[in-house]
Amino acid sequence: MAAANEARDPAKAPRQGLARDVITPEGVPLRFELASRSERATALIIDLMILFAAIIVLVLLAALGVGFGGASGWGVAFALLAFFALRNFYFTFFELRWHGMTPGKRLLQMRVIDRYGGRLRPESVFARNLMREVELFLPLSLVASAGSIGTGNWSILFALVWASLFTLMPLFNKDIMRAGDIVGGTWVIKAPRSRLLPDMVQAAVAGSEAADPEAPGYAFTREQLEIYGIYELQTLETVLRQEGPTAHETQVEVCERIRRKIGWQGEEELQPRRFLEAFYAALRAHLENRMLFGERRESKHDRKK
Amino acid sequence: MTDVRLKSYEFRREREASWRELEDLLARAESGGIQSLTPRELFQLPNLYRATVSSLSVARSITLDRNVLLYLEGLAARAYFFVYGARGSLLVGIRRFFGRQFPQAVREARYHILAATFVLFAGIAVGCLLTLSNADWFYTFVGTGLAGGRTPTSTTESLRDVLYDDGGGLLESLYLFATFLFTHNAQIGMLAFALGFALGVPVVLLIFYNGLGIGAFVALYSSRGLTVEFVAWLSIHGTTELLAVLLCGGAGLWLGSAFAFPGRYSRIDNLARQGRKAGVIAIGAVVMLFLAGLLEGFGRQLIHDASLRYLIGSVALAFWLAYFTLSGRESGRGRGE
Repeated sequence: MAAANEARDPAKAPRQGLARDVITPEGVPLRFELASRSERATALIIDLMILFAAIIVLVLLAALGVGFGGASGWGVAFALLAFFALRNFYFTFFELRWHGMTPGKRLLQMRVIDRYGGRLRPESVFARNLMREVELFLPLSLVASAGSIGTGNWSILFALVWASLFTLMPLFNKDIMRAGDIVGGTWVIKAPRSRLLPDMVQAAVAGSEAADPEAPGYAFTREQLEIYGIYELQTLETVLRQEGPTAHETQVEVCERIRRKIGWQGEEELQPRRFLEAFYAALRAHLENRMLFGERRESKHDRKK
Repeated sequence: MTDVRLKSYEFRREREASWRELEDLLARAESGGIQSLTPRELFQLPNLYRATVSSLSVARSITLDRNVLLYLEGLAARAYFFVYGARGSLLVGIRRFFGRQFPQAVREARYHILAATFVLFAGIAVGCLLTLSNADWFYTFVGTGLAGGRTPTSTTESLRDVLYDDGGGLLESLYLFATFLFTHNAQIGMLAFALGFALGVPVVLLIFYNGLGIGAFVALYSSRGLTVEFVAWLSIHGTTELLAVLLCGGAGLWLGSAFAFPGRYSRIDNLARQGRKAGVIAIGAVVMLFLAGLLEGFGRQLIHDASLRYLIGSVALAFWLAYFTLSGRESGRGRGE
């Protein structure tokens, strides 16, 4: 089912190695998918752009205030304070107000959660964002000072290498934690919203009856149903739910492969969609039945016990 | 075909209405805030959440419909964030922070804070002694920007003037001065905390270096017989400011020792356990620095009487010490926070 493999929607299936379980107070493990490094970087860049835009607006306002004379001292003091607040508490503010999301994280459907399954506590948010001081602002200011000071470039370079050890920390651990996540005890996860779609089997039954009540059903033997496992069943579900221009083509190809694999003896002239739906229904009924008896067959490579 | 009735479908058919109801409530609560729910719906939400979580654990053992599983995972997670999410008014949070968390965390880090204090005073002593023995050390310890024209070559008169300077006579610029002091100091305080992650070594250096600077000033002023006035000048805001700096440094050292000596926890877990509390100290210290900035910007420039300066400085110190030792005791240890 190579073609079907390609059709798997990567955004919906937890990627290898990024799934993490958190036990709720009810004792049920919830599975989360960690946000990848590139997603984290993207969210950070979006947040920094917003932050810089806000600071530029602030500086312009302060300059305007100075320009008009009036309360220039107040204007500068206000700008100084606002700059300080923005720089240090932008992330903290949003993560506290929006349950672990900043504008950048919200756009990418990510959020901060407690690594140990509790609620995200304010002190975690404080700690993880205070660390940005060494992770982000220290290297940034070193880069800035490298440009302006002629002498001592070597010491700045040394400091930069040292500081980037903190910045690059997410690259070196499998939980993609930056220093702030370690200190705050947090993870950053993907939290996409998924819709509940109609049940595949029921939809197929209703659809085929409406189209052609007289059409014959397909029947499969037990041997034919024991070839595949859960992984293949769910891949087939993805194929059937697929929409778009290539959907039909994929289904024809998958139908052909399945027919060959199970050694289909019945009629040659098949309607691929109906065949696949019937096979899906039969396979799911079979596998779910086996599961009720405590036998979970993960994939076709899973040996029968 | 019509009689295909999967058990998993029956399961879904029975519960789907409650999932949809939860989804609807969550969508409204997430976009419009918690106020957009009626009290009845608010009461309903945790029940629906628990029902969904139980649906999820049943679904995992009986259904192979991937869409249902993913949907339930997502819905349960969203509801979980909502039900166990940080809520409550800002005011309650602030009261909890200053009433319990901050003083408790400070008490827990007392040895680290004492260590930071020791380093600071060692720095002051070294800076003072070296500058007394050879005035040239002053230039090493104090940056030209920080000195503000106060060097060993200045006359005693001009040194005294600085102590009673009212910001160039411009009362108007005092709040600007206060703001500058606060943002500058708070930035350094937060940096001191964050540097603790590097095993605390840079924190010790930072505090020691600050101590050297203070020591150099003490030596400079005492060589002109102005020790009492200088300490008065320093103490009005310094008791609050230096204490806050020490708290930040202590928090940084705590972080470093949590990493270096994890005890019976793993390093990562121990950092998370203690890092959060150390972060509380740093945030509290920022608030203290704000107050210190006000004292320094306004108090020091407007109050010129040395004994009054001493009084304010020691009252502030007494207040902080009382606050950190007495506050938040009643519901203390048992909470497990």
